[in-house]
Order: sequence, then C-alpha cells, then structure tokens
Amino acid sequence: MQKSPSKQQFIQQYKRMVSAVTPKSKAAQGCLRAFWVGGVICVLGQVLIDVSMYFWQFSYTQGACFASISLVFLTALLTGIGIFDVIGKYAGAGTVVPITGFANAMVSPAMEFRPEGWVLGTGARLFTIAGPVLVYGIAASVLVGVIYYFLVL
Amino acid sequence: MKAENRIGYQTVEYKNKPLIAAYACAVGPREGQGPLGDQFDLVAQSPEFGQESYEKAEAALLREACHICLSKAGKGEKSIQAMLGGDLLNQIMASSLAARELKIPFLGLYGACSTMAESLLVGGMLCDGGYASPLLCTAGSHYATAERQYRYPLEYACQRTPAAQWTVTGAGAVMLSLDENSEKKPRVRLVRGCMGRVVDMGIADANNMGAAMAPAAAATLCAYFDDTKDDPRSFDRIITGDLGMVGSELLLEWSEKLGHPLPEEKMMDCGLTIFHPSQDSHAGGSGCGCAASVLCAHILPKIERGEWKKVLFMATGALLSPTTSQQGETIPGIAHAVVIEGVQE
Repeated sequence: MQKSPSKQQFIQQYKRMVSAVTPKSKAAQGCLRAFWVGGVICVLGQVLIDVSMYFWQFSYTQGACFASISLVFLTALLTGIGIFDVIGKYAGAGTVVPITGFANAMVSPAMEFRPEGWVLGTGARLFTIAGPVLVYGIAASVLVGVIYYFLVL
Repeated sequence: MKAENRIGYQTVEYKNKPLIAAYACAVGPREGQGPLGDQFDLVAQSPEFGQESYEKAEAALLREACHICLSKAGKGEKSIQAMLGGDLLNQIMASSLAARELKIPFLGLYGACSTMAESLLVGGMLCDGGYASPLLCTAGSHYATAERQYRYPLEYACQRTPAAQWTVTGAGAVMLSLDENSEKKPRVRLVRGCMGRVVDMGIADANNMGAAMAPAAAATLCAYFDDTKDDPRSFDRIITGDLGMVGSELLLEWSEKLGHPLPEEKMMDCGLTIFHPSQDSHAGGSGCGCAASVLCAHILPKIERGEWKKVLFMATGALLSPTTSQQGETIPGIAHAVVIEGVQE
C-alpha cells in the first residue's frame, strides 16, 4: 500500500490546486483603466488650478488649494449619491491614489456607521480606513522633515 | 449505551423521518432579479426593506420568511415548539431580533454559511427524538450587514477580486414535523444527516472562501459515503451551499484525490444558481441566506413535485472572523449535510 504523504505535503498539494483554479485579476487591464481615469482626475485638478488663476487671479498655492477642495467636495458628493464606488470599481487605484481616494475613504465610513449615532457611529469610525494613512503619512513626513533638517544644516 | 441512531463516524439516521411540513423564503431585490426571481415567496422592494438599518432589515426578512412558512402550514406561532437559526452578524443578532418577535423557544446556531444545513441537521434530531414538533429551522443573511461585518463600507470604492463572492440578501425557514395527519400533505422528508468536521487546509485569503471551504465539503461527503456506503450516483443532486465557481471545481478535484469521485453532472451549487453571470457577483453568491433561499425556492419544490427523488443538501461555511484573519490565522471550513427524500405515495 502506498504510504500517505505527510500533512504538510498534503496541504501544499491543495494550495497548488487552489492557485491553478483561482482566476487571477487582470493586471494589464487594471493598470490601463487606473492610468486613464487617474490621469483624467489629475487633468481636472490642473484645469481647476489654471481656471482659478486665470479668472480669479489666485496665486498658484491658492489655486492648488482650490483644486484640492473642489476634488474632495466632488468625491464626497459622488460618494454620497452612490456613484463613486462604481467609478472606483472600474478604475481601482486610479481613484484611490489622487486626493479623491482619501475623500471617499472618509465619507464612506461616515455614511456606513451613521445608524450607530453621531458620536459612537460616524464620529468613532470616521477614520477606520483613512486612519492608518494619516498615522503613517504623518509619521513619514516627520521622519523626512528631520532628515531634511540635518541634510540642509 | 450506544447511540443507536448513529451510522459510522459522522452520520446520523432519522428513524422517524421528520416531514418537511412547509417552507418559505424572503429575499432582496438583487436576488429577485436573478434566475430564481419568480420562485421566491417574497422579494423585498429595497435592501432596506422599510427598516431603519440593514441589520433590522435582515431580521425583518427572516421574520417574514417564518411568518410565510407558518401561514403555509396553517399554524400559529404558539404551536411551534422550537426555532433554530443563525446568521452572519456578531452575536447572531438578526436571528435573535426575529426570535424576539416570534416568541417561539429559540436556539441560536452559528455555522457561518453552513447554518441552514446545521439547523436542519440539529432540528431533524430534535424532531426525530420527540423533543420538538413542529419546529422551525431557519437561516438568513444580508449583503450590506455582511460587508460591514467582514469587509468595507458599502460606498468605499474598492475592487473585488475575481474569486470573491457576493453575500445573498435572503432568509429561509423550513418547518419540520412528525405529524403525518396534517391537512396539507407534505411530500418531503429528512432521512439522514452528516455532521461536519472543521477542516483547515491553510487558506488565509478571505476573498477566496470557496477554496477555504471546499476541503471541508469534500471531507463531509467522504465521511457520509464511507459511513453509509451510499453510491453518490444514487442521488438526483448533490447540492452545495455556496462554494461558488472556485470552490465547486476544487471540490470535484479534491474529492477525487481523496478517493471519492463525484458525479459531475449531478453536482449543483446554490451560489452559482442564485445569480445570473451578468449580475457581477464574481465567483457566485454566498452567505447563510444563499443556501437557505435556494433550498426553499428551488430544491424543496422540485422534490415535492417529484422531479428529484433524493437529494443531498450540504451547506458549507468559512468560520473566519476579521480579528483572527488580521492576526494571520487561516480559515477553518465546515460543511454539514442532510439527505432529503420525496415521500413515496
């Protein structure tokens, strides 16, 4: 009689079977979609900066601020009326990487946890998704700031 | 004393063959647009189902399924001696909320997506042993509450992997009874059950639950066929709960490897039955409500009409929690099965 393979080999055998059967994400298609949608969002941001500088004589910094605020507002609105997740499903990282992804990550839990109340629901869960980005983003910026300080010194 | 209704290692025999006196299901709008759309007893107009929160909507769907089941059997809540059920929420809250209003003695169960088979399995034993008759076996789930429980906020813009499954919004209720003389002649009964063991083959990807559950399904089927010496071909259908596209294929391959090849043409998966491929549910439907609603809308009517004589109904569950998943723990799978037969006249 054949000796049964050890448990570990047995599991490895199954895992190989799983990776053969499980369909893979279409990386090329995903990259392409992310590229063009993300690109369009960035172009929109640039248009907002240029328009504000041309018509309202904003400085570049003011214009950039205006563009960020507008994109965040637009994302929040589209999230609120249930359109943004459809775009995100299509574009993937194309909507996550620009500032729009951050706005969506704040508004979606705010809506989701509203039934649990303003304080323990929306208030407490507001940063569930964006929280880690803030924590490590700020920590990284402090670190870079310290390095920069000593390099320039 | 020997457990005299036990066959082999994992299988039980229902000596009195509890009758399925009535059954009903209630589902959400997306399920209503699926291939089984016109077979459900109730299709909710919206996922909120007129409630303030999705959790309450889930409870209301379950309660409605029970109410419809009771009225089909022509029985009042007071005459039901036990209700068994569970769902995917923390503290199986939707079932508790439904049971609060039904006021039937309640036993809560948790078997993740295997809950419908688990409630039939345990309910069958209660009924068969003369501890409760009639009794209700239930299970339900809701897409929105499951997403919140296990994944992201609904409006969060993320992509699902191709192997991910879509939690079914739906609930099912099955009434078991020993009473042969009820006015409406029931034509379906429970003959055997097989308790599943927890099987974990080291899958940690919570987006590929079919792969996590397939070995458990294979183990339960092998145990059943070893215990009873039944021929898999003697069943009109061997039905799995929510293995989906990936899991169904793995079940066939893995069972063959374990020495119990399954007849491919007789296999059916509720998760692959409930949605059209065009409904973008990726690898298929999942959740307690998936097996429960397909059982009540599609499988039991077919047995009742005599199209199928003998069916093995097995629901599979991925026993994962977000906490242990984040801790890097792999996903334990489970599968429970019951054998349902048409009553020969």
